[in-house]
Amino acid sequence: MKINIGLEIHCQMTGLKSKLFCSCEADYRGKQPNGNICPICLGLPGTLPLLNKKALENALMLSLALNCKIPDVVSFYRKNYFYPDLPKNFQITQYNSYQISSIGSGGTVEFDHKKVRIRRIQLEEDPGRLVYESGIATSNYTLVDYNRAGVALMEIVTEPDFDDPKDVKLFLNKLVSVLEHLGTCDTKLDGAVRCDVNISQENKKKVEIKNVGSFKEVEKALVFEISRQKSFGIKGIEVKSETRHWDDIRRITIQSRTKEEEQDYRYFPEPDIPAAYLGNELINSLTKQMPELPDARKSRFVENFGLSEQNAQILIDEKDTADFFEESLKLYDDAKEISNWFVTDLKVFINEANGIRSLKIKPSHIAELVKLVNQSTISRNTAKQILQQIVKSGEMPSVVMNNLKATKISNEEALIQIVDDVFAKETIAVRDALKNEKAINFLLGKVIQSTRGRADPKLTTELIRKKIASIST
Amino acid sequence: MITMDLLTSSAADIVTQIKKGYVSTEEYIAKIFDHIKKVESNVHAYISLNDLAIERAREVDSAVKRGEKLGKLAGIAIAVKDNICTSNMKTTCASKILEHYIPPYNATVIEMLEREGAIIIGKTNLDEFAMGTTTEFSRFKETRNPWDIERVPGGSSGGSAASLAAGETTLALGSDTGGSIRCPASFCSVVGLKPTYGLVSRFGLVSFANSLELIGPMCRSVYDTALMLNCITGRDSMDHTTLDVDTKDYTATITQGVKGLKIGLVREMISDVDEHVSKTIHDAASKFESLGANLNEVSIDSLQYALASYYTIAMAEASSNLARYDGVRYGIDMGPEGFEWNSYYTKVRSNFGDVVKRRIIIGTYVLSSGYYGKYYLKAQKVRTLIKQEFASLFKTYDLLIAPTMPILPFKIGEKTMDPLHMYMTDIDTVAANLIGIPSISIPCAFTDGLPIGLQIMGDHLSEELLIRAAYAFEEITDVKKVIV
Repeated sequence: MKINIGLEIHCQMTGLKSKLFCSCEADYRGKQPNGNICPICLGLPGTLPLLNKKALENALMLSLALNCKIPDVVSFYRKNYFYPDLPKNFQITQYNSYQISSIGSGGTVEFDHKKVRIRRIQLEEDPGRLVYESGIATSNYTLVDYNRAGVALMEIVTEPDFDDPKDVKLFLNKLVSVLEHLGTCDTKLDGAVRCDVNISQENKKKVEIKNVGSFKEVEKALVFEISRQKSFGIKGIEVKSETRHWDDIRRITIQSRTKEEEQDYRYFPEPDIPAAYLGNELINSLTKQMPELPDARKSRFVENFGLSEQNAQILIDEKDTADFFEESLKLYDDAKEISNWFVTDLKVFINEANGIRSLKIKPSHIAELVKLVNQSTISRNTAKQILQQIVKSGEMPSVVMNNLKATKISNEEALIQIVDDVFAKETIAVRDALKNEKAINFLLGKVIQSTRGRADPKLTTELIRKKIASIST
Repeated sequence: MITMDLLTSSAADIVTQIKKGYVSTEEYIAKIFDHIKKVESNVHAYISLNDLAIERAREVDSAVKRGEKLGKLAGIAIAVKDNICTSNMKTTCASKILEHYIPPYNATVIEMLEREGAIIIGKTNLDEFAMGTTTEFSRFKETRNPWDIERVPGGSSGGSAASLAAGETTLALGSDTGGSIRCPASFCSVVGLKPTYGLVSRFGLVSFANSLELIGPMCRSVYDTALMLNCITGRDSMDHTTLDVDTKDYTATITQGVKGLKIGLVREMISDVDEHVSKTIHDAASKFESLGANLNEVSIDSLQYALASYYTIAMAEASSNLARYDGVRYGIDMGPEGFEWNSYYTKVRSNFGDVVKRRIIIGTYVLSSGYYGKYYLKAQKVRTLIKQEFASLFKTYDLLIAPTMPILPFKIGEKTMDPLHMYMTDIDTVAANLIGIPSISIPCAFTDGLPIGLQIMGDHLSEELLIRAAYAFEEITDVKKVIV
């Protein structure tokens, strides 16, 4: 059964200082309700929208990054519909039915050796927010907060090219990384990204899942919806064309309560914003200003640092991680060893903390940790223990090491004592070891265990072999 | 003190006397208020008066006494159409929906005029949201034509025109979407200029049809019009559609006349008009010839579609612009408690007058999916066609002349039941809005006690030329502009 999946992604341009058409702050979060508004974003009579040039440039950068075609002229349209979160009862957006008005169109993105086509990228204004004080079901009144109204949004629409939720996830990872590298959208901020997903099986009706609140939820919503549709198929029930939404607590998709009517938005060109002629000069200068993007960075990591493709991919998936990696590298030049931490133990902490910058750890910590291991001052196991502590406390590894008395035991006399103790306890294993080389590893394990990882493995092995040899003769 | 009639004198004369200290601004403003009190019950030009005007007048007088540098319009009384935002005064658009609305900011033109010392006398009446040709469709009052109070003053800037003609102000601001400055200027025998689209900021003008309309000066003389235009032009960072052109002194070249200019009389605009109007405008054409201009009749074929194109675009834009009046954030509050959104919108928006409702409905229809190409897009194509025809004429002709209105001011109530006939009266004015060129209406003559206006149009940014021609015509024409 062939499945086609397409995405419609809305990203707030959190990197901007001001809203799309006025000088109110783009960062509306945590402000007094209706405290981040002005006559323009409130749509007061007589006000006119003033296009934020930086927003236009940022959206152009994203279009270039996603290999879109840029039209000579971009223009804006009004999308007319009544809703209380919309101060003017129309939204200023772009529209490609009568002409190519949107900032980008016809792009392609490669991810994990696959491709997805980008239908369009457009710039538009975010509406305000409806607030139901005691929850949507029980509130008998609605409050409206316009602080968000007019914040710049980029809408990214893909063709229905995906056939596997896993690919959707990989694509979104890539998109997040591109957005982070461009600095246009901090996808981690609450409400900064929203995603509508449409799914259709071959010869079946299309289902749309609206307003999935984070990229991480998209794959889950898709997996659920596909299995729901499959079970319908098995039971011989027809899948209806409908709009559903993702309930991220119950982890199911639910049919939208109000049947979305076929709305007529009466699009027409926005008369208050003259069409913008872009010109080669602007595009060339933006191309020059373009920061290094994830693909290029990955190649550089592979070619210059000799990292594996897989490790390089994990590093560049989040810009912060890649930056952190490179900063660490400046302090201690061992790309392979440093990168190993990022793809193994440190990765667990990064995922838990929702980003490396939330951890207390700094590049200098990783640099020192790798250095201590390389100099055989601590064992890898000890380093792992130290890492656990420093991500939470922010202490330097050497300090933790001294506090734990965690330096490797490479003092021969001390180790002999410990080896003797283990031999006394593990008589069966000792007997095995006389015949079987592998049992030596078991004894080594015991020694390391009893020193909480501090025993120098090389020296310990040597001592165990010596002792076995002395017994067998 | 010199003796001059402060109610009928020009702004240019009054400002000179104020600056010299010969005229007390306070006395002058007080005199205007007294006169308003006397005639308003007949004229009904104002929706509200400015309580702070006398205070502002005193400030000007003390500035004069202190010998401070004064603005170009120091102390001059100005009436402002009530769809232009004023931060200390109600801005109602003559609509129930905005009956008590006080904007939190001034329109750019208001800021500019106040910087030059002008004093807002009051806010003038208009057809609701500037939709009309008679000022009968104000939701508050019907403004009367001061020359015959049984007749309409024209519209939609009828309050501004009538206040000038009745001596209730010295200068006025109007707005012109399809003739709303020029029509009442013509009907009330005053001067009204719709500037080139983009020459004057629209910031603070409550939008009816954004791509067509502009604020412009209304005055009792061409010189005052030039003086006022000097104060309100220029690029505005609050309006992306303003043009980046240098400000000019339009009075500097005003006396240069029309000798050698090529002027075209537009056949389509004069062929189907009232015979008095036709005769008067032909006479006017001869006057220009006598002043040394070369005159020819010209034809603009696409003009037959201008009215249809204009109304399609104007109503489409209006239907969207007026969507914001839903009683949620500002304006009329009808108590949303107990209402679901859509039914609250219905309740609030039923306060629009029938004329406005009709235009919203038609505008909504022409933008509906499937009709866009048939109506809106076609109207825009016609607009381009008209633009091209005018452009090629302006290669040969410096100016074009025509009647402003095809008919004489008619009786109040005469056409209110016939919207289509009412729309037809805009036939000669809408072209200038569709293509964004400047157009001025100046008093031309009186027939049976009723005024007739002459319309002069020029290419984009040819205001200087327009004003020169209008001034030359005014100099040799003796037409009354005020009745007190």
